[in-house]
Amino acid sequence: MLELNNVCKTFNAGTINEKVALRGVNLKLEEGDFVTVIGGNGAGKSTMLNAIAGVWPVDDGSIIIDGINVTGLPDFKRAKLIGRVFQDPMTGTAATMQIEENLALANRRGLRRGLKWGVTAKEREEFVERLKVLNLGLEDRLTAKVGLLSGGQRQALTLLMAALQKPKILLLDEHTAALDPKTAEKVLEATETIIASQHLTALMVTHNMKDAIIHGNRLIMMNEGHVVLDIKGEEKKHLTVEDLLHQFEKVSGQEFASDKALLS
Amino acid sequence: MAAYFSALSFAGLVSRLPACVAQGLIWGIMALGVYVTFRLLDIADLSVDGTFSTGGAVAVMLIVGGMNPWLAVLIATLCGLAVGCVTGLLHTKLGIPAILAGILSQYALYSINLAIMEFKANQAVSVDKYYLIMSSRHLTSAIITGLIFAIIVIAVMYWFFGTEMGSALRATGCNPTMSKAQGININAMKVLGLAISNGLVALAGALSAQYAGFADVNSGRGAIVIGLAAVIIGEVLGEAALGRKLNFAGRLTFVVIGGIIYYIIYTIVLWLKLDPNLMKMFTAIIVAIFLAVPYLKGQAKNSFMKAGKNSVAKEAK
Repeated sequence: MLELNNVCKTFNAGTINEKVALRGVNLKLEEGDFVTVIGGNGAGKSTMLNAIAGVWPVDDGSIIIDGINVTGLPDFKRAKLIGRVFQDPMTGTAATMQIEENLALANRRGLRRGLKWGVTAKEREEFVERLKVLNLGLEDRLTAKVGLLSGGQRQALTLLMAALQKPKILLLDEHTAALDPKTAEKVLEATETIIASQHLTALMVTHNMKDAIIHGNRLIMMNEGHVVLDIKGEEKKHLTVEDLLHQFEKVSGQEFASDKALLS
Repeated sequence: MAAYFSALSFAGLVSRLPACVAQGLIWGIMALGVYVTFRLLDIADLSVDGTFSTGGAVAVMLIVGGMNPWLAVLIATLCGLAVGCVTGLLHTKLGIPAILAGILSQYALYSINLAIMEFKANQAVSVDKYYLIMSSRHLTSAIITGLIFAIIVIAVMYWFFGTEMGSALRATGCNPTMSKAQGININAMKVLGLAISNGLVALAGALSAQYAGFADVNSGRGAIVIGLAAVIIGEVLGEAALGRKLNFAGRLTFVVIGGIIYYIIYTIVLWLKLDPNLMKMFTAIIVAIFLAVPYLKGQAKNSFMKAGKNSVAKEAK
């Protein structure tokens, strides 16, 4: 479903701020894979997701989604294949527009936008059904401006929008990191439900090792722009945080850098 | 002083009101164009200063050349669309910051507008000799025509910004990152928004020149500021009058009303026998104040000064 072949990216090449972010990443996801991504700060997790989304062109390698080579396509042209949820709850939705308008925008991802009405009556009914699943009461507030919602509500809405047009790949970039623990749990639950019910293929970056172990059928660890660990199936089910820390030290030769990952 | 006040005739002011409404409606249509860029796209587009004159110059030259005025207005509007496209392409394709792209267009338009008017600073089009859409000599019909234009423009804008494409344009102004993630070509939307905006401003310029009976290369000077003033006055009034019930159509209507009120203020300044050359300064001050108010309101709630005072008050206890 998703294939990364030797993807490389260096930021600010040739300057003192040069930062090699991806050093030949290879990754292959099967249809229905739900992969959690962990790694220390600067390991290249978010960079990998941005490379897949096409935020900027990669320096080398190829990215293939559902058999389509998207390496040469800018983000808005590959958007029809990709659903995205960002770390910052403000990023994924348009604050000055209504809930139904945001959903309708997402419902036309990858389609031609013409001079038909932006939101149809039929869509409204569908949106109500979809919003009920989130269990946040948003189904009664279709015409409320998104800017009035809380961070958690906005993140849940973004998640729904990302899956409205079934994406070939769903990219979740630490989408619960900016939320309080209780809300984060709720949003993760919604994530689990949506991915399972629509059989989505997903990549979820997280700082939380427990979440990385509980969720998904496969776990990859990144370090210094490489995928250094890839655990799936039965092996992943029996994984513990201690195992992961041990593995991390083994592959990187250093202690896991983020306290946040241990404490949460 | 007494002589000054006795020289002011209130009846004289009232008698000028219908003309205010007619001219204000035209500026209201221009302000609707400014609204598209300033409020929906979040770009302050300075090309409109040139486009307003372009609209007038094109319309007048075509009418003098024997063209039907309705067709002339249509072509003037299309010229405005083209100007907006140029500004948009300078911004999106050549990476020039939006504000500078507008300034460049405006600067070039000064020469282009002169060229359109055969290198004269103004060109007359007399209502006695030509059939015009509106003229200050026939005030009632000018007001009705202006009103019809304003209503049509508001209706079309209300429709368009409710469509899929219009929603995509609004999303682009609100959140470009989200828009790209939803597959919206934000560069195309910016060009489209600038084109619509400048088209409306050129339409207003074409009507204004016929109303005044001449096209002038300087008629558009300050259009962006006057447009902003109308947008802001309209929004303040609209929110005061309707509060949360103010919908998109209401907002647009109040922008036009803002244009009329701006022109009434302008007339009062003239009536007070202040030098009309000071009007630009007054307008700038009014716009600066209204733009600053939301920021200062936020500051009042969340300021270091307040925190400092609180801490001093606590220490005193």
